[in-house]
Amino acid sequence: MAIRRLKHTRTHAHACMLQTPLDDFQEELVIRPLHSGDIYASFQFRTVWDADFMGDQKVSHYRLFPKSLGQVITKFSVRELHISFTQGYWRTMQWGQPYLPSPPGAELWVWFQDTVTDVDGTWKELTNVLSGIFCASLNFIDSTNTVQPSASFKPLGIGNVTDHSFLRYATLPREIVCTENLTPWKKLLPCGSKAGLSVLLKSEKLFHSTFHSQAVHVRPVCQDPQCRTTSMELRQTLNVVFDLHTSGQGKREWSLFKMFSRTLTEACPLASSSKVYVDVTDNPQFELSPATPLLTQAVVLGDRRTYSVYDLTQQASFGSSRSLNMLLRWKAADGEMLRPLLHSERYVAGYGLQAGEIHTLIYNHHPYRAFPVLLLSAVPWYLRLYIHTLTVSSKGKDNRPSYIHYQPSKDRERPHLLEMLLQLPPNSVTEVTVEFERALLKWTEYTPDPNHGFYVGSSVISALVPSVVAMDTNSTLDRPLFSSFFPCKEEASYFMRVYTEPLLVNLPTPDFSMPYNVICLTCTVVAVGYGSLYNLLTRTFQVDEPSPGLAKRIANVIRRFRGVPLL
Amino acid sequence: MAAPLALLLIVAVTIRAALFRTSLANLISERVEVVSPLNAWKRVVEGLALLDLDISPYSGDVFHETPMVIYLFHFLMDYAEITFMLADCLTAVALYLAVKDYNKQVFRKQKFALEADRIPMDCLELIRSPTEMYYIPLKVAMFYLLNPFTIVSCVAKCTCGLNNAVIALFILSTMRGGCLIYGLFTVASAGLYTKLDFALLSAIFLALATYHLSVPDLTPNIGLFWYFFAEMFDHFRLFFLCVFQINVFFYTLPLSIKLKEHPVFLIFMQIALIAIFKSYPTVGDLSLYMAFLPVWNHLYRFLRNIFLVSCVLLACSALFPVLWHLWIYAGSANSNFYYAITLLFSVAQILLVSDYFYAFLRREHHLTNGLYLKKKDGSEATLVLK
Repeated sequence: MAIRRLKHTRTHAHACMLQTPLDDFQEELVIRPLHSGDIYASFQFRTVWDADFMGDQKVSHYRLFPKSLGQVITKFSVRELHISFTQGYWRTMQWGQPYLPSPPGAELWVWFQDTVTDVDGTWKELTNVLSGIFCASLNFIDSTNTVQPSASFKPLGIGNVTDHSFLRYATLPREIVCTENLTPWKKLLPCGSKAGLSVLLKSEKLFHSTFHSQAVHVRPVCQDPQCRTTSMELRQTLNVVFDLHTSGQGKREWSLFKMFSRTLTEACPLASSSKVYVDVTDNPQFELSPATPLLTQAVVLGDRRTYSVYDLTQQASFGSSRSLNMLLRWKAADGEMLRPLLHSERYVAGYGLQAGEIHTLIYNHHPYRAFPVLLLSAVPWYLRLYIHTLTVSSKGKDNRPSYIHYQPSKDRERPHLLEMLLQLPPNSVTEVTVEFERALLKWTEYTPDPNHGFYVGSSVISALVPSVVAMDTNSTLDRPLFSSFFPCKEEASYFMRVYTEPLLVNLPTPDFSMPYNVICLTCTVVAVGYGSLYNLLTRTFQVDEPSPGLAKRIANVIRRFRGVPLL
Repeated sequence: MAAPLALLLIVAVTIRAALFRTSLANLISERVEVVSPLNAWKRVVEGLALLDLDISPYSGDVFHETPMVIYLFHFLMDYAEITFMLADCLTAVALYLAVKDYNKQVFRKQKFALEADRIPMDCLELIRSPTEMYYIPLKVAMFYLLNPFTIVSCVAKCTCGLNNAVIALFILSTMRGGCLIYGLFTVASAGLYTKLDFALLSAIFLALATYHLSVPDLTPNIGLFWYFFAEMFDHFRLFFLCVFQINVFFYTLPLSIKLKEHPVFLIFMQIALIAIFKSYPTVGDLSLYMAFLPVWNHLYRFLRNIFLVSCVLLACSALFPVLWHLWIYAGSANSNFYYAITLLFSVAQILLVSDYFYAFLRREHHLTNGLYLKKKDGSEATLVLK
C-alpha cells in the first residue's frame, strides 16, 4: 500500500516536472584498408540530446551528454563548437580523403550565439576553460592567432547565420597530442573506456601510428524533417592510420588485436546502436573473418562504397568466444588508386632570413568540371605579407579571384587574414604566391628553441566538389554516422575541406646572451655624443695656463688668510 | 654659374636613369641601409594596393607614410622614377640657392666687421675671400647629387628623397626670408588635407605618431634603436624609449642659444643630430647634412679627427652589406656583427659633427681673440675648453 502510494507520488511528481529530455547515444567504427597497405580506423561517438540550450530553461539534469561540455555551452552561449587535436599530416595522395579532415596541431572554431555582447572576452574565457577540460595548451590562443573568417566556416548545424562577428577560428600548429589529451576525451564518453568501442582506445597503440586525430563537434541539429524543434548533437571522432611497416610488420594482414591490442567483447549498454563497418569496395579478393551476412552501401565523399557491417548489439556477432576480433587480409592491388578530386600543397620559397614567398598549390583532378574553392590563410603578423605581390595562376595564365577578403595584420595584435574565392579549371594546378618579409622580434618573444622556427598554421580550402554519384540530401534517413557529418544540400556535389601542410619558417634572431652588453654599449655611444656636445656647449676656449706647484698653492692659501698679496 | 649647375644636374639625372634601367635597382630597394619601414617604396605600393582593395592603408602595420604620399603617388605611379629624380634635383637647386644667399650674407657681415675693426690683426688669414667662396654653392649641389648615398637612395625610390626636398625648400625659404614659399607650402598641404575629414586625419596622425615614438618595428637599419629595443628588458622599455626620443630633440634649445647668430650652422647641426639619433635612419638622411660640408671648408685647419672619421665612415659603409650578408644569408655571423658596425658608424658621425662644431667655435674664438695666442709669460699658448 505504502509502496503503491509512493509510486503514485513519484509518477505524479514526474508528470508535474518538465518532461525529462531524451538523449540518444550511437557509436560506430569504420575500418578502411588503404591502397598503400596502411589501415584507417575512424571512431564516431554521437550523442543527441533533445534539450534546448538556446532557450530559457536551465539545463541541469545530465545523463549521457557530458556535464562539463554542457556547462561550457550554456555558460559561454556557444552555438557550435569544433575542436580537434591532430598528430601527423594526412597524406591525401596516398590515402584518399579522410571522413573528417583536421589540420596538424590543435584547431578550434566556435560560433557564438547572437546574445553574446563581448565576443572576444568570451572567446578568451572559453579557450582557457577548454584548455583545462582537454589538458591542452589552448590558453596560447589569443588575438595574435585568432581570425574571423568571412566565408569559409559556415555553421555546420542548423541556423542561417550571416553575421560573422560571432565566429572565431584559431589554430595552434605547434600543439602536440598525447595521452593526456586522450584521457579527458575518453572521459566525455557515456561508457568511458569500459565498454563498447571505446575499449579499443588504448594510447600505447593509438599513438604508435602515422596519423592520429581526435575531435569534438557540438552543434544544433533538427529533430524532425520539418525542423520544429532542435536538439544538441555531440560527436566525438577519432581517426587513426596505422602504418604498414611500423605497425603492420609489412604484411597486409590486419586484425583488431594487431591494431589496438584489444578485441571487442560487448556493445556499450547505453548505446542505441553500436556498429562496425569494414570497407570492402576496393578489393574483391578480400578475406574478412569472421564473415558477416550484413552488407550495406553508402555514398561517402562522392563515391558509392560497400561495407560489411557487424552489429555489436546482437549477441551473435561475438560468436562462441564472446569476443570479436576481425581479421582482414588482402593482396596489393595493381594499378592506381582513384585520385582524389581536390588536393593541395604549400611550401615556402626563397633563401635567407630577410624575405620569402609562400606558394600554395591547389590541384583539381576532375577531368572536365571546373569548380570554385574558398582559400583561407591566416599568417602570423611577424611574416609581413605584401598583398600587392599576390599572384594566382592556373595553367600558366593569370586567374583573378572573384572575391578577396584581406585583413592586414597589426604587430603583436592580430594576424593576416586572406580569404579568396578561386575558380579551378578542370584538370589543372592553381598556384597562389605571396611574398613576405621576416620581422625581427624582441628577445623575449622567441620560444626557448628559436632556431627551430615558427609555425604557420595550415591553410583551409573549402569547396563543393562535383560528385559522380548522386548524394543523398535527406538528412533524417538512417545512415552511417561517418557519411552524415557535413550537411548535404544538393545531389550533384558534396562539401569537402582540405588542409595544407603547416609551414616552419625561421626568423632572424638577436643574440640572446647580450641584453646587458647591448644596453651598455649603445648607452656609451649616446653618452659619447652627449658628452662631446655638452663640452662644446657649456665650456669656452681659454688659454692653458700651467697650474702652480703644490708648495706654491699651499703658500697662496696661507697668504690669503693673512690678507697678503699672492705669489 | 647656371651652366655648371645645369651640367651637374644632367650628369646626376643620367647616372640615376642608367641605374634605374639595371637590375641593381631592385637589389638596392631591398637593402635595409637604404630603406626603412617608414620610407620604403615597397610599402608605398602596398599602401596603394590596400587602397585599391578598399582597405585603409593605416588599418594594418605596413604603411606609415603621410596621406600626402598616397595622394601624390595615386596619380604619379607611372612616373615614380621621374618624381624621385626631380626631387633630388629640386633639393640640389634649393641648397645651391640657399648657400649662395648664405655666402652673400657671410661676406657682408665680414665686411662690416672689418670696417668696424672688430677683427684682430693676426686673424687676416682667417678672412674669407669671394674667390674661394665662389664655387661653394656648386660644390654643395655636387656633394648632394653625386654622393653615393643619395644616388642609392634615389634608385631605391626611398621617400626620404622627398623629405629632403621639403627640408631643402624650407631652408631656402628661411634664407630668403620670403613668405611666398612658406605660403605655398601651407596652402598645398592644407589643400591636400581637406580631402580627408578631421577625425580620420587625427586618427592617422595619432597612429603615425605612436608608430614613430613607440618603435614597434625592430627591422635592422643603420641606427642604434633597433638592437637596443630588441634586447631591452621589458621593465625598462618605456623609460629608455622616452630617453632616446628626448635625446633626438634635446639639443635644439642649447644649440639655438649657443648658435643664435649662426642659423645655417645651427640647421646643419640639427639635421645631423636628428639623422644620427632618429628611430629609423637611412643613408638618405645622412646625405642631406653631408651636402653642407663644403660650406665649412674654411674650418679645415681646425678639424682634429677628420682623417680618422672619414676612414671609419668609408669602412663602415663597405662593411654594412658584407656583415648583413653574413648574418642573414650565409648564417656564419650573427646580429652582433651588424650591430657593431652600426655602433661604429654612429660614433664616427658623432665625431664628425662634434669636430665641425669644435672647429666652428674655435674659429669664432680666434676671430674675437686673435689667432696667435700667448701665455702670460709670452710663450705660445694652447687653447683648451674649460
